[in-house]
Amino acid sequence: MKILVCISNVPDTTSKISFTDNNTKLNTSGIQFIIGPYDEYALSRAIELKEAAGGTVTVLNVGEADTEPTIRKALAIGADDAIRVNAFPKDAFYVASQIAAIAKSENYDLILMGRESIDYNSGLVHGLVGELLGIPSVSPVMKLDVEGGKAVMSREIEGGKEIVEASLPLVAGCQEPIAEWKIPNMRGIMSARTKPLKVVEPASVTDNIKLLNYELPAPKGACKMIDASTPEKLFDLLKNEAKVL
Amino acid sequence: MSVLVFVEGAGGEIKKSSLEAVGYASALAKKINTQAVALVIGNYSDDQINSLGKFGASKVLSCKNDKLSQPLPMPYASVIAEAAKKENADTIILSRSSVVDAIASRLALKLGAGIVTNVVDLPDLSSGFKVKKSIYTGKAFAFYDLTSPKKVITISKNAFSAIEGSGSATVEAFDPQLADSDFKVQIKETQKATGDVLLTEADIVVSGGRGLKGPENWNLVIDLAKALGAATGCSKPVSDLDWRPHHEHVGQTGVKVSPNLYIALGISGAIQHLAGVNSSKVIVVVNKDPEAPFFKAADYGIVGDVFEVVPKLIEAAKALK
Repeated sequence: MKILVCISNVPDTTSKISFTDNNTKLNTSGIQFIIGPYDEYALSRAIELKEAAGGTVTVLNVGEADTEPTIRKALAIGADDAIRVNAFPKDAFYVASQIAAIAKSENYDLILMGRESIDYNSGLVHGLVGELLGIPSVSPVMKLDVEGGKAVMSREIEGGKEIVEASLPLVAGCQEPIAEWKIPNMRGIMSARTKPLKVVEPASVTDNIKLLNYELPAPKGACKMIDASTPEKLFDLLKNEAKVL
Repeated sequence: MSVLVFVEGAGGEIKKSSLEAVGYASALAKKINTQAVALVIGNYSDDQINSLGKFGASKVLSCKNDKLSQPLPMPYASVIAEAAKKENADTIILSRSSVVDAIASRLALKLGAGIVTNVVDLPDLSSGFKVKKSIYTGKAFAFYDLTSPKKVITISKNAFSAIEGSGSATVEAFDPQLADSDFKVQIKETQKATGDVLLTEADIVVSGGRGLKGPENWNLVIDLAKALGAATGCSKPVSDLDWRPHHEHVGQTGVKVSPNLYIALGISGAIQHLAGVNSSKVIVVVNKDPEAPFFKAADYGIVGDVFEVVPKLIEAAKALK
């Protein structure tokens, strides 16, 4: 089976977010970049599928040269090779167009990624890639098995889940608990240095949205404390002061 | 020209978040001197369908087809695109959810539209079509200009209040052709908790963390939620330990909620949990550790043992009625 895993390069979940250049750029100082957590679940499942049934796992990132440590980590975790589309991932449509341009000629059986990236939280890339390639997409997928050319998946829906089935090729947006994250071992880290990482130039895409600037939310006021011996006072405050009851 | 809004239901009732989307579409339609058309897919009572007029729709397209009983992205995107063409709609509004992400992305490509998700406010039309989107899981916002003639917007839940008025809508049956090629994904089985308040739709959410010490103590969370008409949630460690099902996990990699009131019991407030709740209007934290980071993000706090404080809260909540 030939699997493509698309990964995003995003600030660690504990990052404090701030902006520079008149609120037009992320302030990256002190920020650690990681594989998108949902993408890492997708990658882990891809490696499990390969270990069970054979095949290859290629990781793809749309990003500038500074994302290579993140791509090398994916190789250390167990991907066979990597492709970096040399461009800033400016929006979901742009990223999906780059993925589709590569996938068109490669005939992947499965294209996996996270349900959304944790920076822009758009959740669109899997659906866009599916539509661009004319193949089905399913998200968010919590379980994925492949049998006889078909994928059987569990998809989370509000308040529950569904078991769904689709023929390959297929795009899936993944989330936990689809697989356990894998910690790269020393052999993985060593071999990642020499695994192939191909850099390709981006396909041209016509923009239809334009990012203007960023803004931080208004700071939160102080927390009002209520004495533990009279917790019922909380409801007076919620009713008469906060007016949410 | 018109603004089209996609309406979703749950358990035979139109979702609150869809009513918010109808209100948003109607407010936008007023700004550009046109009308809001609501598209409802599924079997709903006349009362439910007529209620869309009260929230601002001038016209309702009602699409009833047994093949569309489950929200599958491919056929839903096709049906919405057909409706947009029929109504000459330049802007299509949807309420954001994981299912809607998959529908909206395909819809945008079918229409050649620009798309922005998780929008938290009405567009600013003073120059271009400027929208504000929540990013970094609620830690920041980004402003975008949609430059294409057609636009798809998904709005964040509870960012826009649904206000009931006295309007009425004309209702029209809508029965587009469905393509077999759109049914490549098949739903084999649906497992859904029934009778509970949906976490993502709830006005009030009560969540429990490891401070509850075990699943056997969850009656504290459930009873407080019941007394307040709230949905129940939990922290990541709790769902990892299988004390509660995964669909209750609130946080960065779980469900993001934006209720009017979020009550956290025995949750310390790791940044990953805060990312799932930071767009709540009011946050209440009960924790025995006064240094718990959650108090910094809270509006009201009680430092105390959940096993002593919560039973008193349950009694007081019951007395509210």
